[in-house]
Amino acid sequence: MPRAALRLKLENQVAEVNLVEAVNLALAYELEHDQDVIVLGEDIGVNGGVFRATAGLQARFGSDRVVDTPLAEAAIAGVAIGMAAAGLKPVAEIQFTGFIYPTLDQIINHASRMRHRTRGRLSCPMVLRAPSGAGIHAPEHHSESPETLFAHVPGLRMVIPSSPARAYGLLLAAIRDPDPVIFFEPTRLYRLFKQQVEDNGEALPLDACFVLREGRDLTLVSWGAMLQETLAAADALAATGVSAEIIDVATLKPLDLAVILESVAKTGRCVIVHEAPRTVGCGAEIAAGLAEHGLTSLLAPVQRVTGYDVVVPLPRLENQYMPSVDRIIDAARKALEYA
Amino acid sequence: MTTVATFEISYTQFVDAQGEPTQPLPPFATDPAALIALYRAMVAARAFDAKAIALQRTGKIGTFASALGQEAVGVGAASAMRPDDVLVPSYRDHPAQFVRGVTMVESLLYWGGDERGSGFAGPRHDFANCVPIATQVCHAVGAAYAFKLRHEPRAALCLLGDGGTSRGDFYEGLNMAGVWNVPMVLIVNNNQWAISVPRSLQSAAKTLAQKAIAAGIEGRQIDGNDVIAVRHATEEALAKARAGGGPTLIEALTYRLGDHTTADDATRYRDVETVRQQWQFEPIVRLRNYLARSGGWDKDKEEALQRECAEQVSRAVDDYLAVPLPGPDAMFDYLYATLPVALEEQRNAARRFAPQAGEPSG
Repeated sequence: MPRAALRLKLENQVAEVNLVEAVNLALAYELEHDQDVIVLGEDIGVNGGVFRATAGLQARFGSDRVVDTPLAEAAIAGVAIGMAAAGLKPVAEIQFTGFIYPTLDQIINHASRMRHRTRGRLSCPMVLRAPSGAGIHAPEHHSESPETLFAHVPGLRMVIPSSPARAYGLLLAAIRDPDPVIFFEPTRLYRLFKQQVEDNGEALPLDACFVLREGRDLTLVSWGAMLQETLAAADALAATGVSAEIIDVATLKPLDLAVILESVAKTGRCVIVHEAPRTVGCGAEIAAGLAEHGLTSLLAPVQRVTGYDVVVPLPRLENQYMPSVDRIIDAARKALEYA
Repeated sequence: MTTVATFEISYTQFVDAQGEPTQPLPPFATDPAALIALYRAMVAARAFDAKAIALQRTGKIGTFASALGQEAVGVGAASAMRPDDVLVPSYRDHPAQFVRGVTMVESLLYWGGDERGSGFAGPRHDFANCVPIATQVCHAVGAAYAFKLRHEPRAALCLLGDGGTSRGDFYEGLNMAGVWNVPMVLIVNNNQWAISVPRSLQSAAKTLAQKAIAAGIEGRQIDGNDVIAVRHATEEALAKARAGGGPTLIEALTYRLGDHTTADDATRYRDVETVRQQWQFEPIVRLRNYLARSGGWDKDKEEALQRECAEQVSRAVDDYLAVPLPGPDAMFDYLYATLPVALEEQRNAARRFAPQAGEPSG
């Protein structure tokens, strides 16, 4: 048993864990408590995954439930769909979001519509996990944030946690959800910080935004790794007397717009922060929702702080690509100073 | 130099194009009732096919993919299955689906543009028609993996076409099936045409069956117009699969006597005379000839059967035409297990703007 897993076990179910360990805990919990759950992907068995998200699971649950697959992403998604339709609850890992594109045919043409096109005769309770985002100085094709591709597809859920506790609770919810869930894990957060996570099998709600901090003057909306910069920007703003409310969207599809609308009804100002490129990014959907349903609450134009509409840079420039605390503060100032 | 690997691909046929046995028949085929059941299923499928094309021409259904000339592949394969095996079809496999218990009404609903056609009441665990070519191979591997994991003596039977063997999902799925030794049978319905592209432009491989060899599994070729060969080879492969012997790929040689679909005109790309010659190999006449010689099949029985099949199809068409259009909620009802709150507003809009009773729709 790997050291991390052993330590967690000894500490009697409450542990200080980072995000990748929280993912491991959630997978182990479901493998332990639901015989239909199986985990599959490249290098996830003996090696425990390239980020060690599945460390120790094969030794504990066997190679027929924690399955090293051949190197074939389309088939990983495709066989997971077949498994799900035949009654299993597969959790498939794609090693990086840069390699998720071969799965689009299977996910869009089959996973998302299995229940619909068979009138509920068959369904697709699967999870497709993938590490996403920039900021770990990874090689080419290892830093993408393509959540908008999946958020556009009817029948899917698109979920991104922003902390170990939410990774644990949301992954449990995703595995238990009766429909397909795309679950992106921000690589930059995998080992960035630890949180107390009680390994009690309690899921968090899907389709729900989380208000991380209440405030009066401004609503900051973000998800995944960018909540780190968003929280830091809020701290800096607080030092100048600005009270920012912070919302973690968590489930990008279906979108819990009500929580965002409620917040903006209070603050009148909104800045949306995401790492993915701007055009047709999920921020555009939120801004459109505010325009459609919250126009009269708005005291200033909605601001977006996003990745640029460029290819994700190689590591030397990635920090200039990702929204910075300064860019968020700048956008917040624009929203606050709008007459 | 040392030879490190060799392979052979066998070819199996029991009854030739004239209806003459070319070798002793397998045990099931010595029972005339079993053969008549296969014959009936093929005749019914062909009667359905002809009617479906006519319905498309008069606007009663949408685009339809005929299985004309390939009835033996679907009927032979499905007749070898047990009820709890799982069929993973392409979109040209209504002959197999009918044997499994999908109704003609349901098939007409599907081609008529109604999702209820894939919500069939029959084999509830069978997969629905698969349109994106060869993607279903992976589903069959996954379903078969589930059976193996749960120690269930079941198998997945996947059907795809010759064109499908060029796609990545075919190779990826076949490869995984081999590595995991899952209970799956993959039948390549080699009808020689992928819309307008002939088999010769699809692959330089001498057989499509040999593609199995690269995945480490058994590949064999059969006469796909000989329903006895199809059923026998499928039965053997399914028995092997259920017993833990792993997957098999069966290449069934047949010919697409019709257009690709009703939206296609095959005279644009293939010679009418070649197609005419292929009619001498089609599956129904040869079995009729064999039955006439060995099982006492005669003109009266034939006429009765044709009449019975025509009536069955006619009833199905009446029932199909009587199915009321779905309401707007049908777009939302099965998208998720429970409709997300975010979609309620859109469903309400669809309800508000839906045509009222008596208004034209669709």
